[in-house]
Order: sequence, then structure tokens, then C-alpha cells
Amino acid sequence: MTALDESRELSTMSARPSKLGLWRRLRRDWWIYLFLLPTIVGYGAYTVYPLVASWWFAFLDWPGFADSGTFIGVENFQRLVGDDLFWNAFTNSLIFLVLAVPLRVGLALLLAILLNRKRTPFKGLLRTLFFLPVVTTGAIIGVVFTLLLDAGGPISVALVGAGLLDSPANFVASTDTSLLAGVAVWVWKWLGITMIYWLAALQTIPDEVHEAAMIDGAKPWQEFTRITMPLLIPFLVIITLIDTVGALNVFDLMYTMTGGGPSFSSEVIEIFIFRTAFGATVPQLGYASAAAVLFGILTMGIALAQAVGLRWARRATGAMK
Amino acid sequence: MTTPPTTTTAPAAAAQNAGRNQRVRGRALRPDRPDGLRTLIRRPGSLMIFAGLLILALIWIYPFIWLVSASLKTQPEIFGSGLGLIPETPVWENYTRAWTVVGFDRYFLNSVIITGGTVALIVIRSALAGYVLGRYDFIGKKLLIGIFLITFFLPEGYTIIPVVQLTDQIGLLNTHLGVILGLGAGGQVAATLLYAGYFRGLPKELEECARLDGAGHLRIFAQIMLPLAWPITATVIILNFLFAWNVYLLPLVFTLSEPALRTLAVGMSAFIGEYSTDWSGLAAAATISLIPVMAIFITLQRKFVDSIAGAVKQ
Repeated sequence: MTALDESRELSTMSARPSKLGLWRRLRRDWWIYLFLLPTIVGYGAYTVYPLVASWWFAFLDWPGFADSGTFIGVENFQRLVGDDLFWNAFTNSLIFLVLAVPLRVGLALLLAILLNRKRTPFKGLLRTLFFLPVVTTGAIIGVVFTLLLDAGGPISVALVGAGLLDSPANFVASTDTSLLAGVAVWVWKWLGITMIYWLAALQTIPDEVHEAAMIDGAKPWQEFTRITMPLLIPFLVIITLIDTVGALNVFDLMYTMTGGGPSFSSEVIEIFIFRTAFGATVPQLGYASAAAVLFGILTMGIALAQAVGLRWARRATGAMK
Repeated sequence: MTTPPTTTTAPAAAAQNAGRNQRVRGRALRPDRPDGLRTLIRRPGSLMIFAGLLILALIWIYPFIWLVSASLKTQPEIFGSGLGLIPETPVWENYTRAWTVVGFDRYFLNSVIITGGTVALIVIRSALAGYVLGRYDFIGKKLLIGIFLITFFLPEGYTIIPVVQLTDQIGLLNTHLGVILGLGAGGQVAATLLYAGYFRGLPKELEECARLDGAGHLRIFAQIMLPLAWPITATVIILNFLFAWNVYLLPLVFTLSEPALRTLAVGMSAFIGEYSTDWSGLAAAATISLIPVMAIFITLQRKFVDSIAGAVKQ
């Protein structure tokens, strides 16, 4: 292999900037694009195209599965702003986020700390038990909990038996509790995976740090608030972000558990979109797309805010990677 | 010729470092030696914490135990027995009914086909893309990564309408292939990035030697790189098996007019509509559907937990 050949081969590896012209680089790298082809085509069609097309659809009046819609400008958005059911779904999604995410993140942290202690026995078994609902099918969990939360189901019976409830109640079928029931089941289902995130985060803190704290006479609580917690802040931001996006994707659980009811009391945005686009007798694809676009903006906004928060937290904690 | 000391010690130090990291991570998620039982008795505080954890864990698995017991009860017994878990006389017939009457055998097969196809598609395309993204510079790389990052958190509900419309236009709406493409062709950025990260860490010499021996790009990838990346492939298979087996919205929308194409997850809800009172049959069906994921999880649990933890640490 001559020196020239070698340098040409090597220049495609990262690190060294290439001095070849644009066209020659494209010709030399043709096989790279061949490797990328499935991803470019698939990603283009199933992620980038929908991203752009949703915006276009949002400006159409498009009933059912007609071939295409007619352009009506911002009329869909105007209608959404005045649609009480849309705001109801929007509010429900926000309530869900505000209740469920802190509960999941906080409870999982507590659990991770307890299961990270050297003195706790059967840690492996306990972790497995808490993780079990994570691997199960959300739609099936939703169905099973309609039974468990029924007035004749075990939860109602237990609460009445313990004197916490006057008479048997169907939590899923009541407008007061349907959304809360969704929050509870969602936290129950996903707690295990957040616990694993936290365990991974806790284990990035070297033992030496804890030993040093112990030698300096720190009490467990002091050690947690002064040492562990500050080191965990970047993880807090990223875990909250992951869980928030998860909370916006509750369709399977909520739809199978409550169907968004009774009387829309647990209808979150995803169910609103589904109902408008596919579930109604007269499907409205354009109108549902407009709702989807607003939903997307909400998600992106939250993700962006947390990305900024993460950058800030990393700078604030200095040396943390 | 004397070798500068740095060149000899650097790899040694790196190896040592790797060893330590591995040790830390290996220990990380493995339960510590249960010296705990003895300390529990000596320390009342620890005992309280342990008791609390145990009660909480029972709440976590109670629904599953209740489900299995409900699948063996008669209809009135499910609603009459409260917290009780033992059926009076086990009604095995619930299972035969769930399996045959509702068409669960077909749903099961659909789930297997769709999950298998989706996982295979994701592994192939992520490995190919991850390989070139991790090891080479090319025009458009930054753009590609930028698009990946922008779409990382795209919710499923946002894309579903155009995906259905696209699938309808290419004539795949009521086919297995349509569902597989819908689930596996886009998204799954994490898999690509996992591969890219892993391939980036492999030594350059691997390719140079193979190239000297006359191997082409595809051959190097398929015979050297992909086998080396087996740990990542295993992780991607596990995570996407879970995703594809449990996914609901897309298969539901794709089968609204084609019940024969339903997966287990979607079939469950159809069960409620069509057989609205058969709760014991439903419990049996749910048990059948949950068995494969549970079984795979329990056999591979270390791998599951480590791969998730590993992905987060990155």
C-alpha cells in the first residue's frame, strides 16, 4: 500500500479533515451512503415526512379517508382555540404531567436509594419485582386495572375493609377519580425503569466520596443533601425529561383503562387526536392534525426547556460530565 | 531502540482503568452479598426499611397474582371474592375459551410476526447506519445527527396521521409489512446511537488489516464489525422486542378495518367490546399475552437491567 493510498483510506476515518473536493469525496464515499440508505429512506418516510406533513394537514379540511383535503388556512387552529374539549384534553395532559412525573421521579429515587444500600437484603429480588410491570403490555395493564379498580374489585373492597372508604367505589367510572386512577396506574407501571435510571446514576458516584463524608462525620441525611443530591442534579434533569415524554405518551394505558371517560374526564391529548382522526363517525384528519401540531409544540417546548436546564445544571455542578 | 515509557504505560493504564470500570459496573447492579439478614436483626431501622420495601413490593406484584387467580375463577367469583386469591375450583376452561373463541391464536401469531419483523428491521438498519456514523466522516453527517436529535422525543400521537396516510398510499395499510415498516422504519434513534458509540471505540487496525487482505466494505461490516458488536445487538434486540410486543396505538389504528391483523395488545381491547361480560375469559387471555414477555424478562433480567442502565449512563 503506497503512502498516498494509505492517507486516502485513513482520511475517511474521523479526526483528520479531508482536503478532497466535494464531488470526489461523494464519489469515494458512495458506499457510506449505501449503508445509510435504509435509515435515510425509512427515517425520511416515517419520521421526517410526518413531521412536516402534520403541519400541512393542519391547514386542510380533510374529512375521513378522502384522497386529500382542501386548504382552509388557520381555520382548524381557530376552531381548536374555541373547542372546550380540546382545552379539556390539554388541561388533563398537563394535570397528568404535574402529578405523575414528580411522583414517578421522586418515588423512584427513594426506592433506588433504599435498594442501593449495602445493608438491604434481597435487593436483586426486590428490583426485579418493581421492574416487572415495566415489561408488561400497557394496553393489557389498562384492561386489568379496570377490573382491579371496579367497585367489586379488590382495591375497593380493601379500602372499605380498612375503613378508608364508606362505600364501594368504581374509581375508573367516576369523573372525580378517573384521571387520578390513570396517574396511579401509570406511576405503578413505570416506576421500575426510573428506579433503574436512578440506580445507574447513584453508581456514578465513587465510593470514595461516601467514605470521605463518613470520615468527616456526615450524618446520612447531611450526606444526601450536601453530597449525593448535588451530584445527581444533571441526572434529575435528564430523567425528568425522559419521564415527561413518557407521560405524554399514555395513550395505551388511558385508552384501555378509561377510554378518556367518563364524560371526557380523563381524555388526554393523544386520545383527543385519536378520537378526532380515527374514532369518530366522521373522522376529521385536518382538525386532528392541527391538535397534533399543538401537541408536538408542547412536547418540543418541554424537551427544549429541560435541555437548557440540563446545560445549566452541568455548568453549575462544574466537573460533572 | 528504546520505547518511550509513555507508550507502554498508556495501554497498561487504560487496561487497568477498563478493568476497574468493569468491576464497578459489574458490581453495580448485582445484589450485594446478603450480609443484610444478620444486620437486620441488629438494626431496627434497617428492619423497618426492609419491611416497608417488602410491603411495597407486594403491592407491585399483587395485580399479576390477582390476574392469574381471576383467570381461574368463574365470572361471579371474580367480583364477589374481594382480595381473595384462591379460586374455589380452578376453571381451566377459561383458557381454552380465550384461546379458541376470540381468535387469540391468530393475534398471537400476528404479534410474533410483527415483533420479529420490526426487531430485525431495526437491528439491520441501525447497525449499518451506526457503523458509518461511528467510524467515518462524510458529507451530511452533521445534518443527519441533527435530524436525529430534533426528532428524538417526537411523540407517537404526533406522527400517526401522516404515517397512516402514507401507508395507505403505498398500499400496505392492511398488511403485516405495513405495520412492521410503521414501527421499525423511522424513529429508534437510540439504537443507532448505541451502535455508533460502540463502533467508534473499536481500533482502526481491524479494518486496515481486513482491507489489506482484500475484504470489501460490506464484508468487513458483516464478518468483522457486526459480530464484534454482539453486546449492542443483544441490547437493541431486547429493548425493541419490548417496544414492538407492547406497542398499541399504531397497530390499533392500522387494524381498525382489519381485525384479522390485530396483535395481542390490540386484541385485548377488542375482547372488551365484543365480549363485554366475559371477564374471566379476558383474564385468561391477558395471562396468555403476558407470559412471553415475563418469561423472556425473567431469563434475561440481568441483561435487561444492565442495558437500560448502560444506555442511561451514556
